Amino acid sequence: MILTKAQYEEIAQCLVSVPPTRQSLRKLKQRFPSQSQATLLSIFSQEYQKHIKRTHGKHHTSEAIESYYQRYLNGVVKNGAAPVLLDLANEVDYAPSLMARLILERFLQEHEETAPSKSVINSMLRDPSQIPDGVLANQVYQCIVNDCCYGPLVDCIKHAIGHEHEVLLRDLLLEKNLSFLDEDQLRAKGYDKTPDFILQVPVAVEGHIIHWIESKASFGDECSHHAYLHDQFWSYWNRFGPGLVIYWYGFIQELDCNRERGILLKACFPTNIVTLCHSIA
Amino acid sequence: MAAVLESLLREEVSVAAVVRWIARSTRGSEVTALTRPQDNPGEAAALSSLRPLRKEFVPFLLNFLREQSSRVLPQGPPTPAKAPGASAALPGRPGGPSRGSRGARSQLFPPTEAPSTAAEAPLARRGGRRRGPGPARERGGRGLEEGVSGENLPGAGGRRLRGSGSPSRPSLTLSDPPNLSNLEEFPPVGSVPPGPTGTKPSRRINPTPVSEERSLSKPKTCFTSPPINCVPNSQPSALDTSPWGLGLPPGCRSLQEEREMLRKERSKQLQQSPTPTCPTPELGSPLPSRAGSLTDEPADPARVSSRQRLELVALVYSSCIAENLVPNLFLELFFVFQLLTARRMVTAKNSDPELSPGVLDSLESPLFQSIHDCVFFAVQVLECHFQVLSNLDKGTLKLLAENERLLCFSPALQGRLRAAYEGSVAKVSLAMPPSAQAVSFQPETDNRANFSSDRAFHTFKKQRDVFYEVLREWEDHHEEPGWDFEKGLGSRIRAMMGQLSAACSHSHFVRLFQKQLLQMCQSPGGAGGTVLGEAPDVLSMLGADKLGRLWRLQERLMAPQSSGGPCPPPTFPGCQGFFRDFILSASSFQFNQHLMDSLSLKIRELNGLALPQHEPSDEDGESDVDWQGERRQFAVVLLSLRLLAKFLGFVAFLPYRGPEPPPTGELQDSILALRSQVPPVLDVRTLLQRGLQARRAVLTVPWLVEFLSFADHVVPLLDYYRDIFILLLRLHRSLVLSQESEAKMCFLNKLLLLAVLGWLFQIPTVPEDLFFLEEGPSDAFEVDTVAPEHGLDAAPVVDQQLLYTCCPYIGELRKLLALWVSGSTGRSGGFMRKITPTTTTGLGAQPSGTSQGLQARLAHAFFHNQPPSLRRTVEFVAERIGSNCVKHIKATLVADLVRQAESLLQEQLVTQGEEGGDPAQLLEILCSQLCPHGAQALALGREFCQRKSPGAVRALLPEETPAAVLSSAENIAVGLATEKACAWLSANITALIRREVKAAVSRTLRAQGPEPAARGERRGCSRACEHHAPLPSHLISEIKDVLSLAVGPRDPDEGVSPEHLEQLLGQLGQTLRCRQFLCPPAEQHLAKCSVDLASLLVADQIPILGPPAQYRLERGQARRLLHMLLSLWKEDFQGPVPLQLLLSPRNVGLLADTRPREWDLLLFLLRELVEKGLMGRMEIEACLGSLHQAQWPGDFAEELATLSNLFLAEPHLPEPQLRTCELVQPNRGTVLAQS
Repeated sequence: MILTKAQYEEIAQCLVSVPPTRQSLRKLKQRFPSQSQATLLSIFSQEYQKHIKRTHGKHHTSEAIESYYQRYLNGVVKNGAAPVLLDLANEVDYAPSLMARLILERFLQEHEETAPSKSVINSMLRDPSQIPDGVLANQVYQCIVNDCCYGPLVDCIKHAIGHEHEVLLRDLLLEKNLSFLDEDQLRAKGYDKTPDFILQVPVAVEGHIIHWIESKASFGDECSHHAYLHDQFWSYWNRFGPGLVIYWYGFIQELDCNRERGILLKACFPTNIVTLCHSIA
Repeated sequence: MAAVLESLLREEVSVAAVVRWIARSTRGSEVTALTRPQDNPGEAAALSSLRPLRKEFVPFLLNFLREQSSRVLPQGPPTPAKAPGASAALPGRPGGPSRGSRGARSQLFPPTEAPSTAAEAPLARRGGRRRGPGPARERGGRGLEEGVSGENLPGAGGRRLRGSGSPSRPSLTLSDPPNLSNLEEFPPVGSVPPGPTGTKPSRRINPTPVSEERSLSKPKTCFTSPPINCVPNSQPSALDTSPWGLGLPPGCRSLQEEREMLRKERSKQLQQSPTPTCPTPELGSPLPSRAGSLTDEPADPARVSSRQRLELVALVYSSCIAENLVPNLFLELFFVFQLLTARRMVTAKNSDPELSPGVLDSLESPLFQSIHDCVFFAVQVLECHFQVLSNLDKGTLKLLAENERLLCFSPALQGRLRAAYEGSVAKVSLAMPPSAQAVSFQPETDNRANFSSDRAFHTFKKQRDVFYEVLREWEDHHEEPGWDFEKGLGSRIRAMMGQLSAACSHSHFVRLFQKQLLQMCQSPGGAGGTVLGEAPDVLSMLGADKLGRLWRLQERLMAPQSSGGPCPPPTFPGCQGFFRDFILSASSFQFNQHLMDSLSLKIRELNGLALPQHEPSDEDGESDVDWQGERRQFAVVLLSLRLLAKFLGFVAFLPYRGPEPPPTGELQDSILALRSQVPPVLDVRTLLQRGLQARRAVLTVPWLVEFLSFADHVVPLLDYYRDIFILLLRLHRSLVLSQESEAKMCFLNKLLLLAVLGWLFQIPTVPEDLFFLEEGPSDAFEVDTVAPEHGLDAAPVVDQQLLYTCCPYIGELRKLLALWVSGSTGRSGGFMRKITPTTTTGLGAQPSGTSQGLQARLAHAFFHNQPPSLRRTVEFVAERIGSNCVKHIKATLVADLVRQAESLLQEQLVTQGEEGGDPAQLLEILCSQLCPHGAQALALGREFCQRKSPGAVRALLPEETPAAVLSSAENIAVGLATEKACAWLSANITALIRREVKAAVSRTLRAQGPEPAARGERRGCSRACEHHAPLPSHLISEIKDVLSLAVGPRDPDEGVSPEHLEQLLGQLGQTLRCRQFLCPPAEQHLAKCSVDLASLLVADQIPILGPPAQYRLERGQARRLLHMLLSLWKEDFQGPVPLQLLLSPRNVGLLADTRPREWDLLLFLLRELVEKGLMGRMEIEACLGSLHQAQWPGDFAEELATLSNLFLAEPHLPEPQLRTCELVQPNRGTVLAQS
């Protein structure tokens, strides 16, 4: 699903300050029925993350935290079964999972002598049963299962999607009989930067030489693509030469501007792969 | 000097005698002119009186000619020739008249005039011409001038080349032309130059001792001009501003400015890619008009004014060229070509009195009185140099052969040229645009083991990325007008260099830098480049994608400008500019030092490479094929060396170069004293001496020239380097092209050396007098003494492609001719290109350590009579097999030992308990057990080499190789490979085993730690699985949706159908059975979610879609779903399932909210768990027990206690479930899901 910048922006426009709930997603799908759901979700998630990154700071001032915590306490005193935390998050336009983390941290600070470590918090978020307060545990759990952009479940889903696409890509490579080294093998050999796959014999796609392939199970928007270029793609190029990036959920067409330079974008596995022919002389 | 010339002209002396006389002077004085028998006594007498002036003759002659031609070649060639003089000198070319005047003054002769001029020339041209008048002339002026017939002064105006300079250089010298003539040359704008008479004086010969001033006058700072001239080296290039200024009346002020502009321009050019953008535009506008307006004066052999005199001078001149008495062969050729293609006389030259050809005595009358004279003279000279011409590239030959003037003046020469053209295969091809390609990551050198610490490793990782980021940015921006390297990238580069703390990191970075340099600048791409001698195939160009074509097209358009005239200054074209600026911006002492070390090492290595030597005995057929390869290899090595040496020179002399004028007097002495203490960065003198002795000048000299071209002004004054220059001068003189010395050196090899040396002699930092001063104490070169029978010099390693690649300025000749054809300065002429050597690798196949003794000698002898490719093949095979052998041993023997180590370690860990003891100690134990096995490596290695080498040799040698030769080659390859492999193995095997075992130990110990669960054995999919199961991510997402619905909040119409739940669990089963896409974290989350789901089922919290009455799941359905879950947990999950969460206070607490509470599903679940062996009774009891500790509402606690008692009291009966319902009142009624 390759979108023009204009198409992309139209979608992104609809996502401004929409809470990350399943209801929002449903509406989005209705609004853009022709786009694939996965693409929409990916764009939604990225846009929302951008939004959160921008506003993150204001939720983390001590005043803000204190005020949230008080509101939470007041809310659960009134009715512990009501979605206090979730409503609070939506009201202040913050991700529910992150709000849960905020309140949990605050709560633990109050109830434990030592400040909770990150790993303790993470573990509690993964399994709220470990949270000493039953009401808070339920509130946190509710936030997490209702957040479609943040939280351990979402992280796991993203990770799983990434993994699945790598597997898919591997299968396709095997099917095409292209021999490759995967990340683990590369790491074992001491490579400092490792794309998903390095082809042992380069191929050509649409006239461009490909030495490596990176699978990205997300939509390639400007922000993420530039970050990837800087942290990954150019680094691969610096070491292995030109390569191919597959954004399985599509990308903004205009970003595919480094082809000549050695970074080719595709939204699916290329069909027209030219391999080196060993002429039988 | 004039006297000599005059006596010559008067036929008092023969040309041969004159040349002998000069040559002797330069070559050595033992033989006096008089002693030669051939010398006619009268001649001898005439000349002997002039003896003191002998060495000034050549400079005088050159200047004389330049001066004489100034009217014809007044303005520089339209090409942005740097060589001011030369190009400028050409009068006629486009824009003839107008330009002419300006040109003339500005730079007639490139050479002497000053380098500065030269440099400025292009600028001036494009921008506002240098001197005021210039511009005017250029455009409007031209018409004017044309109209005016008589103005221009001939000789005077033209600045004399360095030639003139030459005289000056010795102090006594004759007039030094440029200054004197300046006034005339640079008349105020618009003013008509003085009549011929006026001018004459200037060109006059009177030897004024002007040298001093002169020297000052020439602006040496700029590289551009070919300085042959005279300035005594001692005061090489003063910043001439003042003298110059004085000299040039109107222009001086602007000159300053121009110089400033020039400097900027030059620096810009240096930074820019090989195809500077600037030239095109400027050329563009003026040209067309010029072309159109001008009409060339036809040249007619019948109208030559003083044939005899011209013939004589041409002969003397040609002889000087042939004897290498002139500093730069190609500069002279350029000059001659300019004369040949002169468009018109600038001024009609007032009708000279001496129209009659016979009268020409003396020098008083102008040598060139018309275009006819010029052309005649040029053709005369060219006839003498047919051999050189015939070795130019095919394109130049074609233009020459098609030149109508040439045809007209010498049909014979034209015929020979045509024949040469038809027989020529010397196409010089375009190179592909060098696309930046990164140096690939090499695990052997780049992995962690090669760094002192993790930090260094990661720092280098980042640096590599920053380096390429900077490079890419440079590629994107360096051609943009306002972009500045330092401003854009400087701070980032320095920040990066700042991180290179460890010395070892510096060497890593330098390695990267140097490799990238070679990769980008020396051979573009390797793959797509055109091969020697083949023009790029149009079809293939069409086939390429658009951008590539565009690029190439663009390059072609710009290329003509890329070399600046026949004597361009050393520059960093194209990508080289990046590396230069990087060095400058980094301004890191450590980096420079490491870089010099690394460059020196690589230069030594390449310079010493055993390149194949020519075996004349080779049968032609196959040797041709071989020679293609040899030549290519040579070209690659040579070009690499030149590049490396250029950068070495640049860095090494960097601290000593500056804009200020070179020191003089005492200051100079003290600097000399100091500098002479400093050892050279690379012992180039020894390398040169060895190269000469070994007859490898053709390899050594070209790179040495590159190195020296960056020397500062003091360098040539140092004894060490002076020796080098003297050697080079002698070499230069000895390279007489006409001598049939093929056995010593091939023609093109000589030509290459002459070209590069000639270029070097024109570089401003090389004192101008050096060339002419050399009194050559020892004449001939001693080279001959030690020379081996066949040195590299005798091998035909240079072809036109290489010649033109190394000396792109030779291409100026072709441009001149092309301009003539096009009648304008068209940009038609982008001919010069870089070579594309296609092979970059495989240079290193050197014989590995010499096996001693007779066997080695025999092997050596064996190769002696075989084609060189055989030797290379064997060496190559040996080298590769040896290396493969080591890798093979690593992968087999060492890997086995590592596996043993791992299992031993496991045992140790088991016996010693979890901690396993001190890792270092463990390692010692393991190594002591395993390292002795390393001894097998040698035997295995030998066996490997024996097995692999023969096949490889056989595959690589021609089928027809005689059996005996073949088997010897195989045996030698086996021997060499074994030697190499065993040498390495015996030295390193123990350390290698140790290292690998160590890595394995730390790996194992680490794995012991945190995640033992992950190591559990996993089943894959069944063989029939087609991997069509739903994706794990999809399932997690679906289950998450159900969970969120259950937990709420939700809309009234939201819910799940029981079928959907069932389907979901069915899919979950499929996914778990197909492991294809499942990763451990996903499985963990699925397990966790399934438990959550079960808890919600038990608590009846899942909102069901359907008729309102049935807002909850039927009990039967719930049980069915729980059954499915139980089965999934039991059968399909391979990772741990957190079943204990079913009894966590939170999940059990869900029941608390239900009214009425229903415990039967929970009880059912617990029983099933026990029954299926998913949980033990004890475990459940413990969980139940801890539940009691939580705080519950009173009634709930009671019920819970009941449940727990009930469960505990149950006998281990298979079917307990019937009674569970009685646990609580099954008061099903309205249980609202919590919202």
